[in-house]
Amino acid sequence: MGIRDRLSGNEAVAIAMKQINPDVMGAFPITPSTEIPQYFSQYVANGQVDTEFVAVESEHSAMSTCIGAEAAGGRAVTATSSCGLALMWEMLYVAASARLPVTLACVNRALTGPININNDHSDSMGARDAGWIQIYAETNQEAYDNFVQAMRIGEHKDVRLPVMVCQDGFITSHAIENIELIEDDQVKKFVGEYHPENYLLKKENPMAVGPYDTAAYYMEHKKQQAEAMKNAKGVILEIAKEFEALTGRHYGLFEEHMMEDAETAIVIIGSSAGTAKQAVNELRAQGKKVGLVKVRVFRPFPMQEIAQALSKVKAVAVMDKTESFSACGGPLFAETRSAAYDLKNRPAMINYVYGLGGRDVRVEDIEHVYAELDKIVKTGETGEVYRHLSVRE
Amino acid sequence: MKDIVEIRWHGRGGQGAKTASLLLADAAFNTGKYVQGFPEYGPERMGAPITAYNRISSERCTVHSNIYEPDYVVVVDATLLTAVDVTKGLKAEGAIIINTEKSPEEIRPLLKGYTGKVCTIDARKISEEALGKNFPNTPMLGAVVKVSGVVPEDQFLKDMEESFHHKFATKPQVIEGNMKALIRSMQEVQQA
Repeated sequence: MGIRDRLSGNEAVAIAMKQINPDVMGAFPITPSTEIPQYFSQYVANGQVDTEFVAVESEHSAMSTCIGAEAAGGRAVTATSSCGLALMWEMLYVAASARLPVTLACVNRALTGPININNDHSDSMGARDAGWIQIYAETNQEAYDNFVQAMRIGEHKDVRLPVMVCQDGFITSHAIENIELIEDDQVKKFVGEYHPENYLLKKENPMAVGPYDTAAYYMEHKKQQAEAMKNAKGVILEIAKEFEALTGRHYGLFEEHMMEDAETAIVIIGSSAGTAKQAVNELRAQGKKVGLVKVRVFRPFPMQEIAQALSKVKAVAVMDKTESFSACGGPLFAETRSAAYDLKNRPAMINYVYGLGGRDVRVEDIEHVYAELDKIVKTGETGEVYRHLSVRE
Repeated sequence: MKDIVEIRWHGRGGQGAKTASLLLADAAFNTGKYVQGFPEYGPERMGAPITAYNRISSERCTVHSNIYEPDYVVVVDATLLTAVDVTKGLKAEGAIIINTEKSPEEIRPLLKGYTGKVCTIDARKISEEALGKNFPNTPMLGAVVKVSGVVPEDQFLKDMEESFHHKFATKPQVIEGNMKALIRSMQEVQQA
């Protein structure tokens, strides 16, 4: 069971796509996601997949291609980053509201400017309200595993929403690390064939996709879309259980590390969670009761579950790898603090904006955050809520 | 994770320092290790200083930061010695491996008081003689394996030969030269 290999995150996702063999890929290259369509176009050229690869002139067209393919009843994938995702913006909403389960590999990169090619989450976090399911990865393994699970989630009849599978640009996309791949036939069996109930080209029941929606029905359609996102939570867990049976690798809405008796905790997304786990392990070795929650699924946001996970800690730092210029903290902080509002004993909570534009995040940086939480617990004073990590003043 | 070995590569864009770090990750992976091989990306262009990294360990390393206190530093281009602080954070019990025709004794005064082991290898000469061109990364890789012992030498040579056969399937004439470059650098690296 399993194929031991060493791959970059980009190659791992390209292999997942090859194993799935989707009907259509529409893609336009942008750093650091470029390698995904690059590898995939080789699979197409070599005849290893029979996907229709549509080389387009912009990301707006890449997403439009995927939308057209999905509306016609096909399976469509794409990959992008940063400004590429920004150029898809209008069409992201169209895919979600037309309930077309496109699967997008988002290789997270700072959204310009000043121009920067390195990692943060400003691209996908900016798209958080577009109606896409968002799943984030800490490692190349998780990026691969999440991509294999994504289609099943998006295509589920109770969901029918597009899925964004995110990983950190360069940090995992371009780093070679060990990985365990699943055999081709096992992936094909797991993902299965796609048989949508209704689609544009179904001759028994032809339909229009994306027509004008009047005020008489618009609210109802938006409510259905919101219900679908709520349903996604359960479906994500169902698919994860099946995936665990196949691979032995466990996935939830988020991962808890050393949370059982933790007094302070951080909530974090992506590759820096791995660095933070090392900080937790080192502080635990010194007898400090610290823990970590790594958010895997940001949309739908696991509100009650995260609140429960934080219900016994005294102080929490929520880590945002994006600046939202709200003047009061980042998006993960807003959601997490809102989730904690219903707790009987709310922990003190601060926000750190960190790692923007590839600013390196070291074990010592995370240890500093825990030291600040320690101070809050000892003094009972939360102090400044909205903070920036490792910034020169 | 006591057994972790961390390596930092300094090169100039186009010299293959990134490729060498990925090849080392491959070699270590083949011996059953957990590996990380990653470049530090910036506005890259031919000739600009670049950095790449390796972590090699027997358990998975979850840290995803750059390396600040490496066990070994590899300098693929000696002109970087005056341009970049190459020994920054380098452990005294570690070593620095430099591509130069000079001896370790001649190089040490340039290393800002670094007290650890200094190793030199004339990768340019080896490459030009074995491959007919200056591709310093193959001999540098051999020198790193020799000095660090991070991969058993016999297995390393066997794996590299296989991977060259795979990589150069369309130009087999360069396989022998690459193997020669690896073996010579492992023999000729000077340590002091």
